[in-house]
Amino acid sequence: MKTFKLGGVHPKENKITADKPITNLPLPAKVSIPLSQSLGAPSKPLVDKGAIVKTGQLIAKGESFISSNIHSSVSGKVVKIDEITDASGYRKPAVIIEVEGDEWMETIDRSLEIKTEITLSREQIIEKIKDLGVVGLGGATFPTHVKLMVPSDKNAEFLIINGVECEPFLTSDHRLMLEKAEEIIIGIRILMIALNVNKAFIGIENNKPDAIAHLTGLTDKYENISVVALKVKYPQGGEKQLIKAITGREVPSGKLPIETGCIVNNVGTAYAVYEAVQKSKPLFERVVTVTGKSLSDPGNFLVRIGSPVDYLVEHAGGLPSDTGKVISGGPMMGKALTSLEVPIVKGTSGIVIVPEKKSHRVNIHNCIRCTRCITVCPIGLQPVLLAQLTAAEKYEEAEKAYIMDCMECGSCQYTCPSGRPLLDYMRLGKGKVGNIIRNRIKN
Amino acid sequence: MSQTILFAIIALCILGVTAAVILYYIAQKFKVIEDPNIDIVNDMLPGANCGGCGFAGCRALAEAIVKSKDLSVQKCPVGGNDVMKQISEFLGLNSVETEPQIAVVRCQGSKINAPSRIKYEGAESCAFAHYLSAGESGCQYGCLGEGDCVRACLFDAIIIDESTGLPIVFDEKCVACGACVKACPRAIIELRPKGKKDRRIYVSCISKDKGAIARKSCNTACIGCGKCVKECAFGAITLENNLAYIDPLKCTLCRKCVAVCPTSAIIELNFPARKQKTDTEELSEPVKTA
Amino acid sequence: MSILTVSGSPHVHGQQDVRSIMYGVVIAMIPAILVSIYFFGLDSVRVIFISIVSCLFFEWLIQKYLLKGPITITDGSALVTGVLLAFNVPSNLPSLIIIIGSLVSIAIAKMSFGGLGKNPFNPALIGRVFLLISFPVQMTTWPSPSPMFSSEIVDAVSGPTTLGMLKEGLMEGKTVGEIIATSGFPGYFNDLTGAQGGSLGEVSALALLLGAIYMFLRKIITWHIPVAYLGSAFLFSAILWLIDPESYLDPVISMLAGGMILGVFFMATDMVTSPMSAKGQILFGIGAGLLTITIRNWGAYPEGVSFAILIMNACTPLINKGFKPKRFGSVPVQTTIKAAKKG
Repeated sequence: MKTFKLGGVHPKENKITADKPITNLPLPAKVSIPLSQSLGAPSKPLVDKGAIVKTGQLIAKGESFISSNIHSSVSGKVVKIDEITDASGYRKPAVIIEVEGDEWMETIDRSLEIKTEITLSREQIIEKIKDLGVVGLGGATFPTHVKLMVPSDKNAEFLIINGVECEPFLTSDHRLMLEKAEEIIIGIRILMIALNVNKAFIGIENNKPDAIAHLTGLTDKYENISVVALKVKYPQGGEKQLIKAITGREVPSGKLPIETGCIVNNVGTAYAVYEAVQKSKPLFERVVTVTGKSLSDPGNFLVRIGSPVDYLVEHAGGLPSDTGKVISGGPMMGKALTSLEVPIVKGTSGIVIVPEKKSHRVNIHNCIRCTRCITVCPIGLQPVLLAQLTAAEKYEEAEKAYIMDCMECGSCQYTCPSGRPLLDYMRLGKGKVGNIIRNRIKN
Repeated sequence: MSQTILFAIIALCILGVTAAVILYYIAQKFKVIEDPNIDIVNDMLPGANCGGCGFAGCRALAEAIVKSKDLSVQKCPVGGNDVMKQISEFLGLNSVETEPQIAVVRCQGSKINAPSRIKYEGAESCAFAHYLSAGESGCQYGCLGEGDCVRACLFDAIIIDESTGLPIVFDEKCVACGACVKACPRAIIELRPKGKKDRRIYVSCISKDKGAIARKSCNTACIGCGKCVKECAFGAITLENNLAYIDPLKCTLCRKCVAVCPTSAIIELNFPARKQKTDTEELSEPVKTA
Repeated sequence: MSILTVSGSPHVHGQQDVRSIMYGVVIAMIPAILVSIYFFGLDSVRVIFISIVSCLFFEWLIQKYLLKGPITITDGSALVTGVLLAFNVPSNLPSLIIIIGSLVSIAIAKMSFGGLGKNPFNPALIGRVFLLISFPVQMTTWPSPSPMFSSEIVDAVSGPTTLGMLKEGLMEGKTVGEIIATSGFPGYFNDLTGAQGGSLGEVSALALLLGAIYMFLRKIITWHIPVAYLGSAFLFSAILWLIDPESYLDPVISMLAGGMILGVFFMATDMVTSPMSAKGQILFGIGAGLLTITIRNWGAYPEGVSFAILIMNACTPLINKGFKPKRFGSVPVQTTIKAAKKG
């Protein structure tokens, strides 16, 4: 069975919500929709305080090349456009809407029928994906329409659909593959047209045999879409690792995946593409796994963007009293939340509740040079060296040691027996080196 | 036996002479001729190599001073006016007197004033804590207390006070090299004039949040109420982005703003305790701006 | 709800920590400890006990009163050093000498460099070599093994070691064949089980291999150094033996004799003092293997493992500079596309 070769770790999977069907959450009383939900520049609000909006109405426009449109996820009245605390505690602008009923835009096709026929041309598809605010739902929230615009000097050969979900605990992609497989396949066909490629792979780790079987059955009639079962190993969901695992090709250091002729999209994105192109439905809701061993009723929920996290946790059985940490995303790469009032955004794949006694780091010892961090690094870097160079502020040397290739998967820190904050320093170093490089380009 | 010793002595002598010849030749060949003044100026400088002057070290500054013959640009903040005067006398240049400065920490978000809402865990680095979250108190401008300034200081002039979690600058050790100012990811530390008799008044907060929000995370935040601006008779205080700033060049150290600040965000340092009214009036007379 | 903890990802941690690694090594040494008790009796217990206690004590003393930092004697590293030092000395060594060895190991070889993880040389080996040079008589007088419960009373003070006998014999002008034929030469079986003279932990190759297998299974050590070390030493001694079987020992017994197995699996694999990349570790192993055989055959001492490992320890920083791990995306993309097509 295929997998990537270099490095990798095997964290405990803990997929406790794998058999919980996706349930629709009732609408919250109020949503806060941040204006910066994708990689790139924040979007510019189009509505004013007091405006009445419908579900799916465009409320903020992405104006620069890498940015995305944002749509209202509910119908109601815009209470204010103000700064709210985001996941990290910093204040960022958002549109706050008080929910009144649930009146959708007339343009959205709300019928349950699955629309298989693809009528739009390549340009129309990309335009529609852009208009309806589809971004990568795997976590990095890169605007999908930008990804689909392959530079003229490059050639896309394969579309790779990421159904790996290598993060422990998370099951939103898994459930989506089981429940919305047909839509996902139509989404894949749309993406293939948009990219003008003849071959698509769906990569799924073999801890999801039901999803592999289901999708293999459905893709039988399409010769050019095949499901690839992959051996479980973290971080297989990383773009570069997935391309390596499926095609054997290696994205060169510092380059984009298109160099290898591959474009990677998440299954969630494929589903969002289907909904946008076939049903004209903007990306205003997504599946979020709310999970944790201490939660009484964990599950997978279809949630409107902008719903507060505590609202979700309430529906998953309420916040346990011993909670010590709340993670947005998975435990390997997710972000620890500073408060539960923050809204769900397009990139939120899961909420993991961690009990107090498990929410702290292990004791820090001296580095014993065991080289485990080097062995597990999927990029073949020397995390211990990079962390030391950053701590000593030797950024030029860190750059020469390829610190910018780090994808922050966290395997090094996960495995470090001395519990050293390797990734903390590498992130810091990446930020500093990134600044140095930008300044160099500017001058 | 004696022969062995003799051989040893002769061998060593030959070795010594050969080495001396080679060394002499190399010293002549690679001789660098430089202005002897550089060495002398270098000796006058404090030799801390802190980089506060903007040069790589004391010698680099000495070279720059000797070369440019202008003391208004190149200055040693550590040595201060005394050293610059000495150098100017030696080189026969005009020295420009500058106000001695000191680093001030503009945050009072201690554990009591700005209680922790969350707990930060991770690398002992303000820069990373700043990247990761707004900070334990929730104030996105406040001190993170991980001690980047302490590690940057070459003079042991800053420590983190365990009880408050905030840095303390020791007046007598701080040389105003500015290393901590650069190290602080939130630009909390500012170099300000040391002030007459070390007396200083400044707004000890840099929060640009609106009053209500700033107050929510910290009791001693500047809420931008503008009372101090009205109170100041010398126009030394400006209010911008919900934050008051006292211009040290205009401030007369009258202490009136300190009294009116509703959140005690304005700090007075090294003043005698306020007793009678006469005392304050005496002080409120315009002191010659230092 | 208590106060939320905010930290950077990852929010989970793997199973292994420093403590589990160190105690894993100690567990792996238990078979060899038992064998040494079997053959050398209570003396062995005394040596191990004194060595461990004094190592822990010196580490505690230095951390508490000299460094005035946190005390980390429970992390198991001093315990490992203690047991390894005991393994490297004869069981009849006077207690005071053991304490001196512990002091050198901990104070000079470890703590003076900054403690755990900062020492360039293996502390136990430094201790052993220090003792070997300072107390050559006591360090090379091996008691004869006297198995427990055996009626036979052995009162010989000096039991022969394989390599010691060999060296002595060769000096006297005997051939290897004649030496092996001498009564009292340990031979294959005794080298495996441990019924021979020698430092108390090195006598039984079998017990040490058992521990090594445990460390492999627990993933405490990797194959690189042991395989490279044993492989190169075996090859080198095999070549010498093929050239002249009269002056050189056969390679199998070379591997089993002396401190080879102990050194290869327990000391050369010390994470702190061995190179970081896989290629570097292989080079380290090869270097140590060649040096060991070189010292054994042409050096002044019959045994060369300690010196070989220490010399390679000194080369480790250089090896680390020269050998970087293989990096993802360091080859041109066309190469990988072609390779993928072939595969």
